[in-house]
Amino acid sequence: MNVVNNKWIGQRTIRPDGVDKVTGRAAFAADTTMPGMIWGKVLRSPHPHARIRSINTAKAEALPGVKAVVTPRDVVDFTIEKGAVMLGIQDMRWMCRNVMAREKALFPGHPVAAVAATTEAIAAEACKLIEVDYEVLPWSIEIDDALKPDAPILHEWNKIDGKPSNIVGKIEVKKGDIAKGFAGADVVVERSFTTRPVHQGYIEPHACLISVAADGKTTIWSSSQGQFMVRAMTSMLTGIPQSDIRAIPAEIGGGFGGKTIVYLEPLATLLAKKSGRPVKMVMTREEVMRATGPTSGSKSTVRVGAKKDGTIVAAHGIFHLQAGAFPGSPIRGAVGCSFAPYDIPHVLSEGFDVCSNRSKVAAYRAPGAPIGAYAVECVLDELAEALKMDPLELRLKNAAKEGTKAAHGPVYPRIGYIETLEVAKSHPHYAAPLGKLQGRGVASGYWFNAGGESSAQVNITEDGNVVVTTGHPDIGGSRAGIANICAELLGIDYRRVSVIIGDTQTVGFSNLTGGSRVLFASSMVVTQATDKVINTLRERAAKIWEIDPEAVKWENGAAHPASPNAGQFEPLTLADLAEKAPSQGGPIGASVQLNTQGAEGGFGTHICDVEVDVDLGIVRVVRYTAVQDVGRAVHPSYVEGQLQGGVAQGIGWALNEEYIYNKDGKVDNPGFLDYRMPVCSDLPMLDCALVEVPNPKHPQGVKGVGEVPLVPVMAAVANAVYNALGRRFYALPMSPPKVSAELDAPTQQAAE
Amino acid sequence: MAKLHVTTSVNGEPVEFLCEPYETMLDALRAQLGLTGSKEGCSSGDCGACSITLDDRLVCSCLMLAAEAEGHEIRTIEGMAKGDKLHPLQQKFLEQAALQCGICTSGMLVASEALLKKNPDPTEEEVRFWLAGNLCRCTGYDKIVRAVMETAAEMREAAQ
Repeated sequence: MNVVNNKWIGQRTIRPDGVDKVTGRAAFAADTTMPGMIWGKVLRSPHPHARIRSINTAKAEALPGVKAVVTPRDVVDFTIEKGAVMLGIQDMRWMCRNVMAREKALFPGHPVAAVAATTEAIAAEACKLIEVDYEVLPWSIEIDDALKPDAPILHEWNKIDGKPSNIVGKIEVKKGDIAKGFAGADVVVERSFTTRPVHQGYIEPHACLISVAADGKTTIWSSSQGQFMVRAMTSMLTGIPQSDIRAIPAEIGGGFGGKTIVYLEPLATLLAKKSGRPVKMVMTREEVMRATGPTSGSKSTVRVGAKKDGTIVAAHGIFHLQAGAFPGSPIRGAVGCSFAPYDIPHVLSEGFDVCSNRSKVAAYRAPGAPIGAYAVECVLDELAEALKMDPLELRLKNAAKEGTKAAHGPVYPRIGYIETLEVAKSHPHYAAPLGKLQGRGVASGYWFNAGGESSAQVNITEDGNVVVTTGHPDIGGSRAGIANICAELLGIDYRRVSVIIGDTQTVGFSNLTGGSRVLFASSMVVTQATDKVINTLRERAAKIWEIDPEAVKWENGAAHPASPNAGQFEPLTLADLAEKAPSQGGPIGASVQLNTQGAEGGFGTHICDVEVDVDLGIVRVVRYTAVQDVGRAVHPSYVEGQLQGGVAQGIGWALNEEYIYNKDGKVDNPGFLDYRMPVCSDLPMLDCALVEVPNPKHPQGVKGVGEVPLVPVMAAVANAVYNALGRRFYALPMSPPKVSAELDAPTQQAAE
Repeated sequence: MAKLHVTTSVNGEPVEFLCEPYETMLDALRAQLGLTGSKEGCSSGDCGACSITLDDRLVCSCLMLAAEAEGHEIRTIEGMAKGDKLHPLQQKFLEQAALQCGICTSGMLVASEALLKKNPDPTEEEVRFWLAGNLCRCTGYDKIVRAVMETAAEMREAAQ
């Protein structure tokens, strides 16, 4: 820790982009226009599963106002036989087929062609004129259907034991020998659970505006969680070299993982190239719901064995996750995170990636981990009951701590999981009385967190202020955290630090905004760049004073002699040194590129109170407290915001949100009215307790905080519902029709 | 069909524009008038990101035809601050971090201002039900509700 007695770190400062966002000035992707701009529209498959025999675009091309049409032939093909071409965690073989169906359309909404025309209406009309000859195939959406022996196979090349299969991937993490472990258990609880696909639900639909000049120089304005991802994927799918693509990150209206891949950008680039005109594409909400990644639906079976004293001796999890049209469901998160809060000698955690005729999953906040935790944390609740233990005591007895070897690999450094349990246990919420038909549940959760590539530039302006440029789109206020840190290090007011997000051609490579990595990684590079700037400032002062740079210290925004021995000089402020820069060695600035390491995992423990309206089957969350080890809360308000936002999404997942499919295999609720995310009147205040156990591997002690808060929520809500009703639900969402049906059913399995 | 000529007032300024008969007020604001502070999240009136007021009545501009603005007074997020002086709600949203990505913020602020004009002393429940038509996926609404309540209290105090 190089920063103590902070002036700015830990302060609730005003975010650098704040005024733009409260006055409507902030430019999101759909807000951008260009002279000569035309509109792109996507033609999408109406079928869940169909072979594409041919596509005839002649009539569309002949429609007045149409400027370009693209089909799968225009997208660079990454052939399946040649093997994986990975970009991050995405295989370009699937990406090229996801942005536009190639051999087959694999879900309703799968793009099959795109048109650019002078108006949106003409583009939409032209889409209707494209003739696609489909051979309609049988389909399956639910995991159980996709696993049947005679299930329609999405990818015939994928074989298990010589037979085509929809199981496209399997991973496991293992520690010890579960057979041995369970043999020593006094109590074993095994339960199976299901969850439905849910969407990230960002309010801003995907949008981009793209111009391709005659020489191929391409400019992309788009809403994404990574301008470098947009550049790389667009380059790979269009053949334009990365050096010719300038991807400018627009302000992004929510992502939650769902904007970590491209949908529109390659199509708009191809249309812009063909037409010679800038092309704008904006999805409708219905397109977002039908064709962009929700997270997986799932089915899980979890078995946990313990001694009479509550010591957990063995755990086994089997997690099947719906990948949708292409391989890539987040089994790693489900398998790796679900048992990670506990020190268990024998663990086997298995994950299966199952394709079915539904849109390809995209990441969603701690991908996979909430699904795994829902099952495990509900089983632990039953185990605590069977052992007549307090559920937090059971977790405390088995909590992972420094030195614990997790089943997924790492040996934990100093972590704060036990602290979250202790804070939860002593929180007034945990002892508060409950009313009639109210119940309380607890659950914990873990997320890996991530480091990786980040770049930053810190430049001193001629008038002695600071511009910091980083490469990660800011979704939740990360610029505010960066301003706090840079101001702290330089000893100046945070308002003198301007933080901007650079485009791909003006700042060094920076990986996605995802994995809860942004403040962890970007503050590391900003710290190093700022330290370099401070060294330059000390050298400049030393030169002016004609003393050794080692004899100059930087404090409160100015150079001072390090000790009386160094001499008597008036401090030289940042403004003084900036003014003298031209004559003392030139511009002052530094840039740093790193592949950051040391992002340690994060833990949280949540307490949830619900009240059930047994007449209407409505479960309401009436009180909620999220406790989390956040490392260092650089800007506490935005840390709390991450906790509160994650909790709200989890409550939606637990109580209402789900994709509902009709008999034709189409999503039946592709809008905000029927896909019911929590609205303001659904929720109580969401209390946070921030536990700060600094990350020993980070200069300011920062840990990722954005994803952990979604992980425990569904189990906390489900355990609370059990506590209120004495009945357990093993399927999400616990929506009014399902709760009513359960309440109307004869009482039976409560004490099985 | 010929375009319609509309004469109206937006944020206190006289405005004229031509629109298609089927064009929404949201499209007219964004495309014709360059006022992109109002956002389109759903175009079905479910998310509230396009909230504006029509003669002080809170409406979703995606559900209103542009031609309906004729002779009325429209106010949008762009008219909320007076010059460089932010409205107390805008200032409070900044101080309380009542926004994350910011896509819902325009609509939230317009809706909140409409509430406080109608009811300067709302209960938490009244704030929550008034804002139930404005979706936010980032914040869990906690800081938004607190910001509105605190602004209301400060505005009441200032008015005394």
